Amino acid sequence: MALIRTLLTPLVLLLLAGAVQAAAIEVREFDDPIMEQRYRSLTASMRCPTCENQAINDSDAPVSADMRDRIYLLLQEGVSDIEIRDHMVQRFGDYVLYNPRLEGRTFLLWGLPAGLVVLGAILVALIVRSRKTASAQALSEEERARLQALINRERTE
Amino acid sequence: MKRRLLLLLPLIGFLALSLFLYQGLSLNPFHRESALMARDFPEFDLATLEDPERRVDRSLFTTGELTLVNVWGEWCPECKREMPQLLDLAHRHGVRTVGISWKDTREKGLGFLEEFGNPFEINIFDPDNELGFELGVFGAPESFLVDADGVIRYHHVGYISPGEVRDKILPEVEKWR
Amino acid sequence: MLIKMIPEVGHYALVIALLMAAVQAVMPLAGAATRRPLWMAYARPMAAGQFLFVAIAYACLTASYMLDDFSVMNVTNNSNSMLPWYYKFSAVWGNHEGSVLLWSLMLAGWGFFAARYSRELPRDMVARVLGVLGMVCVGFLLFILVTSNPFERILPHMPADGSDLNPLLQDIGLILHPPMLYMGYVGFSVVFAFAIAALLGGRLDAAWARWARPWTNLAWAFLTVGIALGSWWAYYELGWGGWWFWDPVENASLLPWLTGTALMHSLAVTEKRGAFKSWTLLLAISTFSLSLLGTFLVRSGVLTSVHAFANDPSRGFFILVLLGITVGLSLLIFALRAPRVSHKVGFTWLSRDALLLINNIMLVIMTVTVLMGTVYPLLLDALDLGKISVGPPYFNALFVPLTLIMCVFMGMGPVARWKETAPGLLVKRLWLAAAVAVVLGAALPLVFADRWSAPVAIGLIAALWIVLPMLRDLYDKTRHASSLGAGLKKLSLAYWGMQLGHLGVAVTIVGIAVVSNYEIERNVRMGPGDSVEVAGYTFSMTELTSRRGANFLADRAVLEVRRGDRERSFTMTPEKRLYIATGMPMTQVALRPGLFRDLYVAMGEDLGDGTWAMRVQYKPFVRWMWLGGLLMAFGGVLAVYDKRYRRLVTAPDPEEAALKASAGKGKEATA
Repeated sequence: MALIRTLLTPLVLLLLAGAVQAAAIEVREFDDPIMEQRYRSLTASMRCPTCENQAINDSDAPVSADMRDRIYLLLQEGVSDIEIRDHMVQRFGDYVLYNPRLEGRTFLLWGLPAGLVVLGAILVALIVRSRKTASAQALSEEERARLQALINRERTE
Repeated sequence: MKRRLLLLLPLIGFLALSLFLYQGLSLNPFHRESALMARDFPEFDLATLEDPERRVDRSLFTTGELTLVNVWGEWCPECKREMPQLLDLAHRHGVRTVGISWKDTREKGLGFLEEFGNPFEINIFDPDNELGFELGVFGAPESFLVDADGVIRYHHVGYISPGEVRDKILPEVEKWR
Repeated sequence: MLIKMIPEVGHYALVIALLMAAVQAVMPLAGAATRRPLWMAYARPMAAGQFLFVAIAYACLTASYMLDDFSVMNVTNNSNSMLPWYYKFSAVWGNHEGSVLLWSLMLAGWGFFAARYSRELPRDMVARVLGVLGMVCVGFLLFILVTSNPFERILPHMPADGSDLNPLLQDIGLILHPPMLYMGYVGFSVVFAFAIAALLGGRLDAAWARWARPWTNLAWAFLTVGIALGSWWAYYELGWGGWWFWDPVENASLLPWLTGTALMHSLAVTEKRGAFKSWTLLLAISTFSLSLLGTFLVRSGVLTSVHAFANDPSRGFFILVLLGITVGLSLLIFALRAPRVSHKVGFTWLSRDALLLINNIMLVIMTVTVLMGTVYPLLLDALDLGKISVGPPYFNALFVPLTLIMCVFMGMGPVARWKETAPGLLVKRLWLAAAVAVVLGAALPLVFADRWSAPVAIGLIAALWIVLPMLRDLYDKTRHASSLGAGLKKLSLAYWGMQLGHLGVAVTIVGIAVVSNYEIERNVRMGPGDSVEVAGYTFSMTELTSRRGANFLADRAVLEVRRGDRERSFTMTPEKRLYIATGMPMTQVALRPGLFRDLYVAMGEDLGDGTWAMRVQYKPFVRWMWLGGLLMAFGGVLAVYDKRYRRLVTAPDPEEAALKASAGKGKEATA
């Protein structure tokens, strides 16, 4: 509990009340629009280590500001996006990535939806096929009954 | 029979989910292990708090002795509260303690040590979060146990209470000495 | 004297309500099982009584807020004497205890109305439905009384004033969003109860589907509005222009919505064709279960979220038990009593039945995807595999393609025939719509925007593919009529409901595609006299002032905004507020809404030298997202009023009529 208290003392009121409001509006100069785009997408996809659930582009926490500064610096130095992400993970752990990496333990996470689509397609095919034959049989039964009725009527006439 | 099994699937799935949710009640999503666990203490080159001329680097931690590294700041109320515990660890239990004066000014840092006591053998002066960022520090106080070869073995986020000294810190100290 | 007792009255009313709910839960179900009409007759009066007493309790809590009774802990924690009256009224549900009480009120309310509008249903069905609802009510009332009593008092040292409502909640969003959302969540309890009642009674024919449809559509409409409101509120309140973050609490509201949509469609198939019975039953159980799961996730502290109420594991445990019993028992009943042999209703490829089956499966896959993404961090942590995060990049990457796949089938569904559709017929009806959708969808971005965007084109194609076939269908249905008006009048409200619902989806897709790809954001430093240009609009700051509000102090910027080089301009005045009671700062965004674009200005930080960091955003078509939601909800409500459901309401209760007839005969005999 002590840990939580220390980490979140400044946020306690906000926790109890519910929502957090933050904006992290800061002015940053970019010469290159592509770099600006990369900055935006990187800061939008990294998680603030101390906040409840916010990206670092949106959080007012000091550590988020530090991370944004570091990302800006690394971008200026020409580091690639992948390396920047690795850089942050090395220091703060996998927790800071909002886009989980594809690895053994996230195989289910990334694989299940696609797997379900394939499974679903097979399921639909099986169901429709069984229903199709059922409907064809029913028709022929119906026809048979009609035929029988017609025959009977003819007999009685 | 096959149909009955199929109909039982949702129930089985739900029971599995409930098990995880129940587990989740006793877990703390915030309680995370440091990313640097079992890794080398990062390289750095900073001055000390006490003497601006003296610079230190990673070799401070490869002297062959276990070190407790504590990140603190004058502005941090919990750091003040845990000073007795740090003094206890340093003086009574003989743990080598090194401090990192984090996001602070020299005057305030030195003033803090004068007022609350100084368990630290030396303090690394890190006003611009150079070393702190490398350690993944996001708040003060935070403490690390670095073994004789400069490998980080334990990470404690936040205030260390007297109970935690006894139940958590000391056992780890014994383990890695 | 009596005023001082209001919280006690509320507390005792809750206990009485609990007792009535218990009776409502036990007697009718026992009566239905043992065929005792007297026991079953307890259902309706108990539902009414329970509603009355929960309403009394709720009224007492509201009164405590309005009267500033700070001896009640709940009021102290969430209100303040300086709060405007309408926020005091809505602060009741702005916290954990009060919101659960609102849940209970709505649960009792839906049960009461379900009892009232079920005259023509068989007596044992009604008894079982109300019995199941009673059991859920018992669970919630117990939860309130045991763990979350809003009437706890701080005596004898009553505080002089309260802590105030979180400034973020002092907004019209709080007044509208939670009630709408809860009406949706709770509303699905009715179709849930119908499903369980049908399973228990063995009455699994198409009739129960017809009875359940209006209730489902209504609940779905409320949930749609609730979600749209939540998104809209976050957009203008939080200050960064976002409208969906795939936060666990947001996902908790989306999950029942997805299965609820599947349920609505599945009920149609069950009612019309007698097929998909097991699917429909399972969806009915799942939707309400997901509502309950959402409640658990928000209040237990299991997942981190900015939305979550105060996290308390002991409360979480109670809800988990409630969840476990409700959902576990329901799924068990389902496994044991669902039709083992499905009466094989035949249909072929491309029939409406098949397309709706695909629709069901896709929605379920989307639900599983969102659910798994939401609980995956917890899963890994429980298995000691570390702590990861799953956020917007993951959800967007998966949800968007799944939605697009669904859109493909959404275009075909309304045009296809039940049971069998010749491929030739479908192609004939749809080829033109497909061609126009692709051409128009790809071309429009070129025409109206600075640069072409493939995602926007795809979104437009999808939306057009939903809408154009419907227009074609309208044409097909009305071309044989004497006039367009006469043809349109013949179409049922249910048909219009479907059209509007699907139109709503198309509109939402357009909104999301356009705003996500064409929005522009600039963060600039501005002082009086500075200006910035965004998307053809010039924003000039004319002054920086400050003012004092009801319970806050504010710094305010005045910006004059002009489009291009037009004469006319308008002003936007964002503020940075500091709420006195809590000391919390908050950005009050300046918003200039429009049908085709929003302009959005927020004040960031005071940079000290007379300038501020300002964020200016251009958000094209963002309103379409929520308008689409409103259209969907409207469509849902229209379908409720279709003739075939209204006929049911006015029909007399057959058993009552029989009783009256036999009583009359008896009199004659003795006379």
